[in-house]
Amino acid sequence: MSEIIRVEHLKYVYNPGMPDATTALDDVSFSIEEGDFVGIIGSTGSGKSTLISHFNGLNRPTEGRVLVDGKDLWAPGADLRSFRFLVGLVMQYPEYQLFEETCAKDIAYGPRNMGLDEAEIQRRVKQAAAFVGLSGELLEKSPFELSGGQKRRVAIAGVMAMQPRVLVLDEPAAGLDPEGRDAILGQIKAYHEATGITVLLVSHSMEDIAKYANRVLVLHKAGVAMYDTVENVFARARELLELGLSVPQVTQIFLKLRQMGLDIPTDVYTIPYAVKTIRRALEAKQKGEVR
Amino acid sequence: MLKDITIGQYYPGRSILHRCDPRLKLVATIAYIVVLFVAANPLGIVLSILLLAALYRTARIPGKMILRSLKPIVPLVLFTAVLNLFFVSGQGEPLVSFWIFPIYAEGVRQAILIAVRVCALIAGTSLLTYTTSPIVLTDAIENLLRPLGRLHFPVHELAMMMTIALRFIPTLIEETEKIMNAQKARGAMLDNGTFTQRIKALVPILIPLFISAFRRADELAMAMECRCYHGGEGRTRLKQLRFTASDARCAVVLALALAVIVATRFFVPGWLG
Repeated sequence: MSEIIRVEHLKYVYNPGMPDATTALDDVSFSIEEGDFVGIIGSTGSGKSTLISHFNGLNRPTEGRVLVDGKDLWAPGADLRSFRFLVGLVMQYPEYQLFEETCAKDIAYGPRNMGLDEAEIQRRVKQAAAFVGLSGELLEKSPFELSGGQKRRVAIAGVMAMQPRVLVLDEPAAGLDPEGRDAILGQIKAYHEATGITVLLVSHSMEDIAKYANRVLVLHKAGVAMYDTVENVFARARELLELGLSVPQVTQIFLKLRQMGLDIPTDVYTIPYAVKTIRRALEAKQKGEVR
Repeated sequence: MLKDITIGQYYPGRSILHRCDPRLKLVATIAYIVVLFVAANPLGIVLSILLLAALYRTARIPGKMILRSLKPIVPLVLFTAVLNLFFVSGQGEPLVSFWIFPIYAEGVRQAILIAVRVCALIAGTSLLTYTTSPIVLTDAIENLLRPLGRLHFPVHELAMMMTIALRFIPTLIEETEKIMNAQKARGAMLDNGTFTQRIKALVPILIPLFISAFRRADELAMAMECRCYHGGEGRTRLKQLRFTASDARCAVVLALALAVIVATRFFVPGWLG
């Protein structure tokens, strides 16, 4: 695997030089391997949204560098737009950016900006729509006739259709009901598995990150607090709680059980793994009683 | 870039001018504009600029704020000045002539006067918005227009519309920036391209912006109805406007100053007039 995104000593200040200047990111360094599914988590104001808008050059670093596919976004002569097609960004509440007469046309907006030919555009629109589960009949409707969840899918498909090598999503499930939430995140996961592209998912929900990501980047007060595999991050559940973040409910139960003196691992964050662990603990206990 | 727009920009402070009754400030500003045009002689203009400078001093508003308010109108000022320069004809010989346009001394005089007067006008009205928050200002407008209510003029509704419009300017600016970023992320070209390309590039921004403005309007109307809003009738205010003794003193001082400036029109002889 090779590195797709590299961030070096990134610093970003809002309103520099003004009395209300705020440092949103300070000395942030990390790198992301191609093909990873990285969850980005942190409390409100920790710099998540600021960070992700650096990956496609919407924000310009105050200090430090951001490299995508080995190239500096802000190097002299670099073509910023090419990075926008390389790193697809789905912003928060993306349904508010829809504007075309039909969903198909809206999804085609990105590919059309790339200068692709019509046949390729249509192919990509169909493919992206299929990934997010939009039927052909919906594609011919006006986006403003759709439900909130459907609009969100159209907007996400609009970015997928650019076939970026990195897909960044800022809270794609915010404001949806649990069913819509699971559906959208499940589709993103399936898309990740089918295409093998890198996905960065910003979320408030530890449950979602535990379920879908394989690595977690924890931001805290404008810096990186942790960046590791999901297992290793949730093994530090106590520290996460101290940062004001929640941990999955399963992990919380296991923390409690450990406090009660049971000898069980702390890196439990999914239900199947929890079931296995409990069963093993029970078996061990029974054996002990037999003996 | 959008954040730099200054409409009705309030510069917080605690000076006499900030605390002054907004109705007085509004009336005084209108009077000041009238005086600027009545006292159309060099001395009058100089005096009115001195008055304005003194008021800015009192309000403790830095000089760079004046420049900031003048910046957007520079093209307009230059345009009117140039028009006056070429089209005002005076007696005697022209100073110089460009092609078919002769320039007279009178034209130069008029051009300078107009430019200075327009600048003074903008700086004067800016002082009002610098020292008065938009909400207080609309209060004053509603209060001053109240007599028109007798003629079934919807004074309260007008004031409410202004308040809401002012309140939502920053919100919509923020919204615009978000939408622009979202479309840029999909490869929109906003910063370069030919004129027609740029106009076309605005469509993906304007449509979502209008839709969100209508959505917000809907939500706000609903929220207002939920709180039993039914127009201005019987509505009381948290902050009552009061014309205090110190307001009266301010009014007298301003009235005298303006009267002196108007008087220059009639009593100053010679080239000054």
